[in-house]
Amino acid sequence: MLSYALKRTGLAVVITAISLILLISMIQFIPGDPAAVLLGPLASPAMREAFRQQMGLDQPAIVQILRFFGRVLTGDLGTDVLTNRSVLITVVEQLPYTLALIATSIGWSALLGIPLGCFAAVYRGSLADRIVGVLSVSSIALPAFVVAVYSLLLFSVKLGWFPTIGAGDQGAPLDQLHHLVLPSLAVGLGWVGYLARMVRASMLEVLSENHIRMARAFGLTERTITYQYALKIAIIPTVVILGMGVGNMISSAVFAEIVFARPGVGKLIFDSIATRNYPVVMGAVMITTGFYVLSTLIADLIAAGLDPRVRSAL
Amino acid sequence: MSDQLFDSDRVSAGARWRDSTFMRIVREPMGALGIFLVALVVLGALFADFTGYSPIKLAMRDRFLDPSLAHLLGTDHLGRDLFTRVLHGARIALGVAFIATGISFIGGLVLGMIAGYGPRWLDSLLLLVLDSLRSFPTVMLALALVTLTGPSLSAVVLVVVIANLPSYARVVRAQTMALKATEFVLSARSLGARSWRILAVHIMPNLVGPLVIIVAMDIPVVITIEAGMSFLGLGVRPPTPSWGSILNDGYAFIRESSWPAIAGGLPIIIATLGFTFLGETLRDHLDPRLRQDG
Repeated sequence: MLSYALKRTGLAVVITAISLILLISMIQFIPGDPAAVLLGPLASPAMREAFRQQMGLDQPAIVQILRFFGRVLTGDLGTDVLTNRSVLITVVEQLPYTLALIATSIGWSALLGIPLGCFAAVYRGSLADRIVGVLSVSSIALPAFVVAVYSLLLFSVKLGWFPTIGAGDQGAPLDQLHHLVLPSLAVGLGWVGYLARMVRASMLEVLSENHIRMARAFGLTERTITYQYALKIAIIPTVVILGMGVGNMISSAVFAEIVFARPGVGKLIFDSIATRNYPVVMGAVMITTGFYVLSTLIADLIAAGLDPRVRSAL
Repeated sequence: MSDQLFDSDRVSAGARWRDSTFMRIVREPMGALGIFLVALVVLGALFADFTGYSPIKLAMRDRFLDPSLAHLLGTDHLGRDLFTRVLHGARIALGVAFIATGISFIGGLVLGMIAGYGPRWLDSLLLLVLDSLRSFPTVMLALALVTLTGPSLSAVVLVVVIANLPSYARVVRAQTMALKATEFVLSARSLGARSWRILAVHIMPNLVGPLVIIVAMDIPVVITIEAGMSFLGLGVRPPTPSWGSILNDGYAFIRESSWPAIAGGLPIIIATLGFTFLGETLRDHLDPRLRQDG
């Protein structure tokens, strides 16, 4: 287990490093002048030149990449152009809002999706199974931002049940929860279907195995077999998928935060693009990418802890 | 004798038609619904010019009209007919979907075969780069890219390619490695065939089929990325109608009228559901092994 954990962590570090290099080399490979795009058409040539010097864009590519890397390793992601504060602080301030949204979304979609998948697997081939199947596929296909705008229109603007903007008052947990309902509906809906499908598939595989037939032969109740024997094994691939899903959820969260005007990393990046606050955009993208790599790492380690077969795969 | 032959030919032609993939898909409720929804989108894109309205000309007197026979989906904040804009948006969505999936398909095929058939060091290097590309959340990648390039359709295509190509390449690589060890490839090699000939003649034909299905199943994802980026103002520039930008206009004026928001979301739902249903049924019939659930 320890050697697997070390190898897997090492791989995560290498992947993070390479993705950072790719991110910074995008500036080199993409045609066009970032200074012109970022400063807008009204900027004078002198302003562009000053910007290039300030950002180090006038240096050779390799110098830029190395210098950038050195700064990231010391935790210095640059300076917020508007407030002159450290980018790291600006991003970390917004992170709890996004984490709360993602945690709530994973929570409710797992609570609904995993039992639905079990149910569909146990009643395989029934009408209920087919309905769950079609609903799962549909919920996966629906984009989060359409769900967000439609639920905003129906539940906030028309019915007035939920607030339209913000994250609620600090120190009022109920109010904050109230503000989380619609955004986490938008972020989590696709995951209900996805989890239901995953759990159904792995449940069907496990239920056809010999030790389950053995348990039936011993006269254990279907309930015990399903939840205590089969689900324990069938849940492992789902844990891995949930880890990868965090990356997907970060993307959906961007839309939910923008539609519901919630504070968070996605909203921060979006607003920073509008104000051409380039260091904040890059810093926030780096932190979320690192966060995503970390969450897949944790999921893989949990799966390896649960299932010895995973450990020998690497 | 000749009559009999003719007859049996005709019967087998009819049977072939009834047994064709198309008919088998239509017989499934989900497949029929998928084909119907996709046909709506395609017809909409074809006949977008025949609604009698311009998708971009302003008509400020007709702002926020509710749906009627004259304006099937109502009008937006600039008085433009939403139905016309939605149909024109179908062209953007389908165009981006086919160009971007085409590029990712070819790129994934080539890179995957190189990784699977080439030397070990090249394989490891390509895998690392591909895995690193996959480690960006898609929207984050789009946001970072567009800050550098500015919003455009080619930025959308680039994001789709970066987001999808790595997983195609991985599938192709795994298949190539499996095929590399098969007897027909070994015999071709022992006859002295060059690597490029083995890849092009013996390996590639066995890869294209499964990859087409996987790529086709990603069309709804591509449509979502295009609409999503245009929703954030990172895709097509106004006044060009994209479903995402129509939805965003509707969102901005959601308190004035519900119809622009509904009109922007509806085609996205129709297209993603249609292509998903069609893709799922197609995969079940053509290659059940690709199913992820039993």
